[in-house]
Amino acid sequence: MRYETPTTTKEAATLLHKEKGQAHILAGGTDLLVRMKMGMTEPTLVVDIKHIPAMQAITKSAAGFKIGATVCGAAMTEHAALGKAWPGIVEAANLIGSDQIQGRCTMVGNLCNGSPAADSVPAMIAAGAKAIIVGKDKRRTVAVDKIVTGPGKTSLAKGEVIEAITLPARLPRSGDAYLRFTPRTEMDIAVVSAAVNLTLQRGVVKTARVVLGAVAPTAVIVAKAAKAIIGTKLDDEALEKLAAACSAACNPIDDKRGTIEYRTKVAGVLAKRAAKIAYQRAGGTL
Amino acid sequence: MTGVLVSTTINGDAVQFACPTDETLLDSLRNRVGLTGAKEGCGTGDCGACSVTLDGRLVCACLVLGVEANGREIGTVEGLVEDGKLHPLQEKFIEHAALQCGICTPGFLVAAKTLLEKNPKPSEEQIRYALAGNLCRCTGYDKIVRAVQAAAKEMRKK
Repeated sequence: MRYETPTTTKEAATLLHKEKGQAHILAGGTDLLVRMKMGMTEPTLVVDIKHIPAMQAITKSAAGFKIGATVCGAAMTEHAALGKAWPGIVEAANLIGSDQIQGRCTMVGNLCNGSPAADSVPAMIAAGAKAIIVGKDKRRTVAVDKIVTGPGKTSLAKGEVIEAITLPARLPRSGDAYLRFTPRTEMDIAVVSAAVNLTLQRGVVKTARVVLGAVAPTAVIVAKAAKAIIGTKLDDEALEKLAAACSAACNPIDDKRGTIEYRTKVAGVLAKRAAKIAYQRAGGTL
Repeated sequence: MTGVLVSTTINGDAVQFACPTDETLLDSLRNRVGLTGAKEGCGTGDCGACSVTLDGRLVCACLVLGVEANGREIGTVEGLVEDGKLHPLQEKFIEHAALQCGICTPGFLVAAKTLLEKNPKPSEEQIRYALAGNLCRCTGYDKIVRAVQAAAKEMRKK
């Protein structure tokens, strides 16, 4: 196994593009090393992207936040300004694994691993996050909801590397929230999850995005659920419509962690709770 | 052996070792550096028995490649002893019988030390959350939590 530590994203992309064998990107390694240990992959090339300065920081500009691909969960939790603007994103990323995992895991890794139950993905999609993708010849920017195409599958071409995630400039009176259901409070995988991001105008929801996780092969944007709360002050009727739209959008699997029926029901419940939290964070009073 | 030379700092000491590129830091520490405090429980980041710090951050050594340690700082349970004196956490683990078989103990000590450095006065809930990545099949956790609370109290006196 060749181990490379490029210092630019383009160099990383070129190495990955040229490799004829099994190539993997190493950031936090919390998924890759498990897969190597289990014998699920035998890489011929591992490209450690942690030596690339463009990927290492959380930066804030007029355009919004940019979170480098190698920024670990713990570093996101420690970033006060990020947590203030996007508490839902930070709480979602913070739910990934233990403190030991938080010291290594990254949102981009969580995204590219392609798990339907990935915690940070619904929150990123609800926020309208974008991925900056670097290939050997060109760069492109793509909405996060276009990255995962199915369990373990992404739309990235061979050699393409996500350099950073961008979050749009935060409008005043905005709030986001992420909730997941797990049988245990820590160290577990989401059975169902819901992310809500919204902006208010005089207490009325002006724009909203509702995204569910772990209830379909990929995270699901529920446009009807957002529509149900736009123009309302989150009254009971609006919340019931939101819940019904979320349940209707579910296409989950039946497994030991949750049945289809259970996941479908709980998706609505969590979406209601997440909407209330996001509303209050945006300055709304329930 | 074909291997890569790794120059790192472990518990404040400059250390060099050579390892294959696909070897975990846990195996490098145990088999090449001779530091056997970190244990392999699961090897997949679930049990925390291999907890060490990497540039001050708590990690599972089984989920880090040995080659990644190049130029970085590692802290292991062996670094808790200073001038031949046990760390307050180690003292309190003994006093509170916070261990039985002992396999998980080094990981708990490293994780608890990392917690107390960030938060010298954690609540019981904060301790339980912070140690959620460390599994113990003997104690039922309660004695461990009490030992960490006692150590925190002791450390605040200094």
